Amino acid sequence: MKIAEKTVRFLTIAMIALFTAAGFAAVTDKKQDIQNDGGRVNTKEEVEAYILHHIKDSHDFSLWSYTSDEGERKHVGFPLPVILWTSKGLVTFMSSEFHHNDDGHVIVEKDGLKFAKIHSKIFELDNNAVTISFDETHHATNAHKLLDFSITKSVVGILFIGFLLLFWFSRLAKQYKTKQIPTGFARVLEPLVLYVRDEIARPNIGDKHYRRFTGYLLTVFFFIWVLNLAGLTPLGFNVTGQLAVTGCLAIFTLVIYTVSGNKDYWMHMIWMPGVPFLIRPVLAIIELAGALIIKPFSLLVRLFANISAGHIVVMSLIAIMFTLKESLGVVGATGLSLVLSFFITLIEVLVAFLQAYIFTMLSALFIGMAVADHSEAH
Amino acid sequence: MYNLIGAGLIVIGAGIGLGQIGGKAMEGIARQPEATGKIQTAMIIIAALLEGLAFGALFLGK
Repeated sequence: MKIAEKTVRFLTIAMIALFTAAGFAAVTDKKQDIQNDGGRVNTKEEVEAYILHHIKDSHDFSLWSYTSDEGERKHVGFPLPVILWTSKGLVTFMSSEFHHNDDGHVIVEKDGLKFAKIHSKIFELDNNAVTISFDETHHATNAHKLLDFSITKSVVGILFIGFLLLFWFSRLAKQYKTKQIPTGFARVLEPLVLYVRDEIARPNIGDKHYRRFTGYLLTVFFFIWVLNLAGLTPLGFNVTGQLAVTGCLAIFTLVIYTVSGNKDYWMHMIWMPGVPFLIRPVLAIIELAGALIIKPFSLLVRLFANISAGHIVVMSLIAIMFTLKESLGVVGATGLSLVLSFFITLIEVLVAFLQAYIFTMLSALFIGMAVADHSEAH
Repeated sequence: MYNLIGAGLIVIGAGIGLGQIGGKAMEGIARQPEATGKIQTAMIIIAALLEGLAFGALFLGK
């Protein structure tokens, strides 16, 4: 027991140290490349652009980039497939054909159509356009957006984490066939599963119905938590900081509690018993707006904003070593940013768990409201 | 400029709210240490709702 405790403690510390150190390595390379760029670039603007670029989804999985001695810009990473539904049907090619260009200057020609990538979005150029042109507000005038089913960085993250969870939990489930107590890594997962079941699902949904929803709650909890932790590694995933992903999770919860709502739930929502007649329609509007819009919206925005804000803060603190280099000196700025980003990473590890917990908790609460028995109340 | 002032106001409001929640929860736990678990759960839910509101406002004001 003593040994297990020590191992877990050691692993935790090692993991946190790795997160911080590796995060440093990744960003350092990028920033040095900016500094070497003839000194004409504004560091603060470049840092801001880099952080905003990181927050977004991207079409290629680039780990870092640098400028070689010959002055050539090199990117380390691998390309991902681009899958587009255009006016002429399905078009696929690899994202390396854009050559890491993100402002629309590289035009890819495929199946008689021309494509350009602007700020991580792919545009289709109009029939006779040769280059892309912008109006004053920097909107493309001769290109339009199209349905993009590409395997982006976030999709890779989701698939990777999805298969990882499938592997972990199918092994955990298989172990119960032969023995009482799971061994190996499965022993770490078991208490977490029990925690979600006994502390989140059962008290909020009630003893009668909780079994039906535990599967969904467990899936959502581990999906969010592991992806949040993956976002702290230098792989640079920001999956749970994408509006599309959090929105989709919120819609799952919305559908589940709307579909499984019982008669009492709908009665209380549409025609509240026990209040004056004239107030009932007003209450119905408020209740419907709350259940169908505000609840999923709050789930969506909370996760997105927390994770995005966390990524921005970590990267801004790491960037201190470049922005304050002149005023504090190299050693001072690096030391300051090391200390600050180490502690903010610790907080982010906590936030990663807390956000997964809150999302699962609120989902359980909303489901519990929808399936609650009102027979003995009132 | 104005949205920065707005963001500041939102953060002030959220800060007051979180302070209230945390402070009252502390008082409650000090009075009834055996109810710590329940108080913490309720506290986290309310804090999460408040946070959702604050983030929603920041998001809309951006």
